[in-house]
Amino acid sequence: MGDALRFRDDEPHEEPAVTLDSFLGQSNATAVRLESDEDARLLLPYLDRLALVEVAFPTFRDGRGYSAASILREAGYKGELRAQGDVLVDQIAHMRRCGFDSFAPEAPLDMAAVERALTRYPARYQPAADGTAPIWARRRG
Amino acid sequence: MYRYDDFDHGMVAARVDEFREQVERRLSGALTEDQFKPLRLMNGLYLQLHAYMYRIAVPYGTMSARQLRKLAHIARTYDRGYGHFTTRQNIQFNWIELKNAPDIMAELASVEMHSIQTSGNCIRNTTSDQYAGAAADEMTDPRPWAELLRQWSTFHPEFSYLPRKFKVAVIASAEDRAAMRLHDIGVEIVRNEAGELGFKVFVGGGMGRTPMVAPLIREFLPAANFISYLEACLRVYNRYGRRDNMFKARIKILVHEIGAAEYARQVEEEWAHVKTLGLDPPAEEFERIAVQFAPPPLDPEAPDELDLGDPDFRVWVDQNIVAHKAKGHAIVTISLKPIGGIPGDCSADQMDLIADLAERYSHDELRVTHAQNLVLPHVAKRDLYTIWQALDAAGLATPNLDLISDIIACPGLDYCALANARSIPVAQKIAERFSSLERQRDVGELKLKISGCINACGHHHAGHIGILGVDKKGEENYQLSFGGSGAEDASVAKIIGPGFSEDGVVDAVEKAVETYQALRDPGERFLDTYRRVGLQPFKEAIYG
Repeated sequence: MGDALRFRDDEPHEEPAVTLDSFLGQSNATAVRLESDEDARLLLPYLDRLALVEVAFPTFRDGRGYSAASILREAGYKGELRAQGDVLVDQIAHMRRCGFDSFAPEAPLDMAAVERALTRYPARYQPAADGTAPIWARRRG
Repeated sequence: MYRYDDFDHGMVAARVDEFREQVERRLSGALTEDQFKPLRLMNGLYLQLHAYMYRIAVPYGTMSARQLRKLAHIARTYDRGYGHFTTRQNIQFNWIELKNAPDIMAELASVEMHSIQTSGNCIRNTTSDQYAGAAADEMTDPRPWAELLRQWSTFHPEFSYLPRKFKVAVIASAEDRAAMRLHDIGVEIVRNEAGELGFKVFVGGGMGRTPMVAPLIREFLPAANFISYLEACLRVYNRYGRRDNMFKARIKILVHEIGAAEYARQVEEEWAHVKTLGLDPPAEEFERIAVQFAPPPLDPEAPDELDLGDPDFRVWVDQNIVAHKAKGHAIVTISLKPIGGIPGDCSADQMDLIADLAERYSHDELRVTHAQNLVLPHVAKRDLYTIWQALDAAGLATPNLDLISDIIACPGLDYCALANARSIPVAQKIAERFSSLERQRDVGELKLKISGCINACGHHHAGHIGILGVDKKGEENYQLSFGGSGAEDASVAKIIGPGFSEDGVVDAVEKAVETYQALRDPGERFLDTYRRVGLQPFKEAIYG
């Protein structure tokens, strides 16, 4: 496993993430792992007590995790949102836009390339969970 | 037409920079081919049988002279002197070297073009009516809405790794010239009873191995909610579209499996939430785009009369010219289907000539059609004869729009890594069999479409006559089907029986045409007669 990459100031959450089934079956867990075919909306009643949601990317081609992350952020989730699995340099900018703020890639990332990928685009055409003002808003100053 | 502002320029320039680095990482081995493949595909670069193929977006089929000249330059400098216009209103170059691709992309950026999302499992180039802004029958110009979609879908963070590719078409006429209902999402701009502008939304059409005509998902979507509603449509698909089998991953399968009503219900539920997120650009942004598509300054005094003394000119006018909304003007289709040629191919010299004509006679505008022809949309009738002479001298005045030799054909096994059979030689042989223009005109409108594999890039499912090339025990074999349509009467063609050899299918097409000519009622097209009498008489004539 590569080093974790984190864009948060708070302390990393120590409690291991449990499966969605066991999370829904117990009252005190604060970290959960969503597989790519699991419904993020099942977590919406529990956002206040969640500190970490880990979303699995079994392959970088499986894009369901982008919707899962967006749904959680749109619902007001403020805790850590971690992309885990086949997380590669060329997908991280999109993941950040959908609200992921930590990454646990299976293979190490070239950090210089990550930095370039995250800063390359001068603007964004559409609003997303990262809150960036879209180009159509910036056109009006 | 739409011009980039600093934001648009900045985004395309960043894409060139990003792709250049990705190509470098691939060439150095830092990226595996498996990791690189979706990145190059999302930039329009395919690895084909002989070389890389580079697909360049022509958004909603609209181009300027300067842009077409740049394509001619690319054809000469980086390819073999020609390009191929596609059924998605794009252009492809067939002989590209990977190391040159970033430079070509930079050349495109200099004329406000790109190849962003022309492939890959993402939202592709939005297509539209090739006569948009000129057609006598349109309600409004659909292209500003298509441009709004282009911007929304470009680098969409949530929808760049969809289960499968995603194609949207937008039209604004009752006559469908864009095969709208054979798209993942088809949008028809309409007015409701109160006179307000909005959209009919169709979802789940497509060709490929499971052809389907898209069902209506929403009768009327208010214009102000265009983007948020499409976002909801895509989110439901991204979450629930099948990912276990790439052949069942298109949205049409999802809509078919859960039913159009259930899909519509899920979209409404998602949209109830999504429309509160502020995704819809304000009306001022639409207006900013729309003014750039304002009609060109046409001469209101342009004479309507036309001297049709030259019989060859007359035939071309009869066949390739359609009505313009402005008096004294016409829409010209430039056929890229010379008898015996490769459908959709255009040489660099021809591109330069067409660019000159567009600049001089069509207010600097050109269109690409999904039937692989080009269009001069705003021509004063008094200039038609001069234009015709110039086109004729360059082999571009074949008067065969919508006739049997105006064939749609995919590149097939001559180029494509996916193909099972060749398409181009079949198209050439059929065009040669019907080379008599008199005969073609007697047969009338007959849309013949050929695909070299089940992926159906040649739209064979939507052909009045469709031909599908398959591999049968190592031999090329051609299945014939009848009764498809990509127009407002959209339907999927049905296979008529056992397949044929390459020559056999040409004979079978000829027998089908003769059967139609014997059975037709006055005014009936091939498609109408087939729909009236059914398959049997054709089958008897062909197999009997």
